[in-house]
Amino acid sequence: MSSDDEIQRCLRQMADDLRQRLEAARMGDALMVGIHTGGVWVARQLHAQLGFEQPLGELDISFYRDDFSRIGMNPQVRPSRLPVAVDDRHIVLVDDVLHTGRTIRAAMNELFDYGRPASITLAVLAERSGRELPIQADVVGRHFDLGEHEHIKLSGPEPLQLSIVEAP
Amino acid sequence: MRRRSLQHDEQGRLRHLLTIEGLKRAQIVDILDTAESFISVGEQKVRKVPLLRGKTVVNLFFEASTRTLTTFELAAKRLSADVLKININTSATVKGESLLDMLHNLEAMQCDMFVVRHADSGAAHLIARHVAPHVSVINAGDGSHAHPTQALLDMLTIRRRKGEFAPLTVAIVGDIMHSRVARSQIHALTTLGVSELRVVAPKTLIPAAVESLGVHVCHDLDEGLRDADVVIMLRLQKERMQGALLPSEGEYFAHFGLTEERLAVAKPDAIVMHPGPINRGVEIASSVADGPQSVILEQVSNGIAVRMAVMSMTLGRPPADTAEVQAG
Amino acid sequence: MKISIQHGRLIDPANGIDTHADLHIADERIAGVGDAPAGFVADAHIDASGQVVCPGLIDLRARLGEPGGESGASIASETAAAASAGITTLVCPPDGEALIDNPAVADLIRHRAKLAGHARVLSLGALTQGLDGHQLAEMGALKEAGCIGVSNGLRAVENTQVMRRAMEYAASQGLTVFLHAEDPWLAAGGCAHEGAVSVRLGLQGIPEAAETIAVARDLQLIEQTGARAHFGLLSSARALRMIARARFDGLPVSADVAAHQLYLTEMDIGYFDTQCHVRPPLRTQADRDGLRQGLHEGTLGAICSDHRPHGADAKLAPFPASEPGISALETLLPLTLRLADEGLLSLSQALACVTQRPAEILGLLARGEGGSLAVGARADVCLFDPETYWELRAEEMHSAGHNTPFLGWELKGRVTACLLAGQITHHYCD
Repeated sequence: MSSDDEIQRCLRQMADDLRQRLEAARMGDALMVGIHTGGVWVARQLHAQLGFEQPLGELDISFYRDDFSRIGMNPQVRPSRLPVAVDDRHIVLVDDVLHTGRTIRAAMNELFDYGRPASITLAVLAERSGRELPIQADVVGRHFDLGEHEHIKLSGPEPLQLSIVEAP
Repeated sequence: MRRRSLQHDEQGRLRHLLTIEGLKRAQIVDILDTAESFISVGEQKVRKVPLLRGKTVVNLFFEASTRTLTTFELAAKRLSADVLKININTSATVKGESLLDMLHNLEAMQCDMFVVRHADSGAAHLIARHVAPHVSVINAGDGSHAHPTQALLDMLTIRRRKGEFAPLTVAIVGDIMHSRVARSQIHALTTLGVSELRVVAPKTLIPAAVESLGVHVCHDLDEGLRDADVVIMLRLQKERMQGALLPSEGEYFAHFGLTEERLAVAKPDAIVMHPGPINRGVEIASSVADGPQSVILEQVSNGIAVRMAVMSMTLGRPPADTAEVQAG
Repeated sequence: MKISIQHGRLIDPANGIDTHADLHIADERIAGVGDAPAGFVADAHIDASGQVVCPGLIDLRARLGEPGGESGASIASETAAAASAGITTLVCPPDGEALIDNPAVADLIRHRAKLAGHARVLSLGALTQGLDGHQLAEMGALKEAGCIGVSNGLRAVENTQVMRRAMEYAASQGLTVFLHAEDPWLAAGGCAHEGAVSVRLGLQGIPEAAETIAVARDLQLIEQTGARAHFGLLSSARALRMIARARFDGLPVSADVAAHQLYLTEMDIGYFDTQCHVRPPLRTQADRDGLRQGLHEGTLGAICSDHRPHGADAKLAPFPASEPGISALETLLPLTLRLADEGLLSLSQALACVTQRPAEILGLLARGEGGSLAVGARADVCLFDPETYWELRAEEMHSAGHNTPFLGWELKGRVTACLLAGQITHHYCD
């Protein structure tokens, strides 16, 4: 669907948007945090382009999902790593796809268990219809209007590729 | 007539954790990987995740144990489960219909997990055989049989320090005969495939036919420790001094106690482990227990993460047909 | 009452008979084999076509649960179960729920059994008072009260001097001493064979040496005292070899084995199956094979049930805390027959292990009180269909105890009728 070139263009656009936002709000030493797995891939590229001071943080939201009792333990859970304290820090949260909003809710809950951030800015590579929670991205790479049974899938990390798959 | 393993469900997932025996290598690695993730929860300001919110864990302790009880309780609470502690001091109550009545009453109160500690081997299996289908049982130590979460936290500690298991030489020193910890460690280490596993003790503390578990037996400490990467010391209960097992504490320490001098025959980077509580000056010198090679305190903190992993994996088993991936 | 059992296959090992012949019973005794004696007119006929007719089974060791027991088993319930299993004579050890160390208890047991009328119950009297291993029991009085022999049950006589005196006294009373060979120190606290399974499961073991040491001591004492002795419930091949050697040297000792020891091993404990908690413990495959070999060679004369009925609670406990024992009356015959099916023994040899041989050990055969279908012998008779397959199910058991590891086993050979002294005590209807 979207080639690596297109995605690289998207990422450059996102990086520009983010830079402007951060400068406008004087959030110079913000901490960028990617959500496993696709969000970390996207965050790595943004992190490199923006030349952040702080190392990249990684969140695995498996322990915070609201559907644990339905789908159980994710066997591929990885440790979350936040390199610096979250308290009073501006956070840039990065994910690959924003759909229902539940992943972002879980990620924010997890972030708050690490401390009380000054602010959270949300950046996503792809945004689509189907929100179930009042959550919106601040920086969006590309918008998709999809049917109920369509899903966006990001493959990576090299090259990053977005595709739309039909799910039953 | 071969029955399905009691601790696995129809899909082969871990339903109870009763013993390490019979766990696949990949299953042990899964538990260790998950535990690794739970270690980061300990670094959070709020050391708690909402995973088991609304679940009720019952600690059924038929044998006194402060440390194990505490770590299980802490693990359950860090998973946001509700924890109930039931202390039953005599084993007389864990028999017959009265046992089943107690279990069924707890099940009627919508309890989801029993963590069982008992002085008799086989108690956890007995309870697992009689619980309702939605209930999981974790063996927190039964007689001389098994203490699987202790062995798993030991494996996690070894892996974090040494990486691969395959090249390791491991020595377990002390009262193998009465040790449920040793039995579970032996099953874990042989399943994970260490290069060499030794048990080191005088004959009176080595059970008959122990070689059938896949270990080498040494009756000499120097021989047992030579070039070892990991040295696991076992607690020697004071009551073992009676019943003609050992002549005296002094003689035991002189021949099998771990001192800096004795440890020198192991590899220079060997780690020293102990399931606790330590009898200083009986099985291990203070200078070793508190020394640079000791990882005893790491074992304790890894214990919470391992128990969180085991609890969330056994309780996080959805009906097979409803599993679907949460959309972002 | 005169009964003719017709068209059956008559197997009477004591008299070397295995043939198709009718059996005629007049009142309590066998009146004729083959043709009816002159003037015999049967009041009843039993058609035994396709069935085996053999002497009623004699079980050298069965606990019956009365008086004062909590298992729900009683002499009435267990003797009825015995009749349903073709057993006409049971030997009750002195260390069951009733401690048989005085004539009153022996009388009571005999009285209750007679009242129930399902099977004859013989008692072993205590060897020492209260089975305490210190003071000799009143063996003379026990003998007069009908005890068929003396024994200290599963309780060891630790003091060798006491054991020597007890054997000497029993010998002078003409009583056979029934021994259970287990060194109490080596066995203390144990619940499984000391070996590969006990080490895996963390169960305290009972080493083979617990049996061999006790056998060695008792053999020396038997030789010295001249007592007649019988070793019950052997579990190890090595102890069996010691007894074989003593027999070869001319010592008048006999031995038996519990039927489950011929089929199960320590491996059957699996993960703490309390139904396999028995005393002495299930041992290794090599021991099991050795015990079978001992039957084949004749060192082991008899197979007993070692029946121990329990209520459900007894087995619903962690393995070491569970009660040992199997409710075994109803599997005695089918497990014995299986030895013939597996080719270890002929059918007649197998049946001898539960009829002729135990009758000899108890001294019943010579008195015509069991183990034989000779004319004039008491008419204790078992009829079974050797070709019927059936599954052992708890709800179909006659014993009050349903504790058996053989539940779900497909067994072959079903008892169709049982006669005790000419009276029909059991008749199986489909």
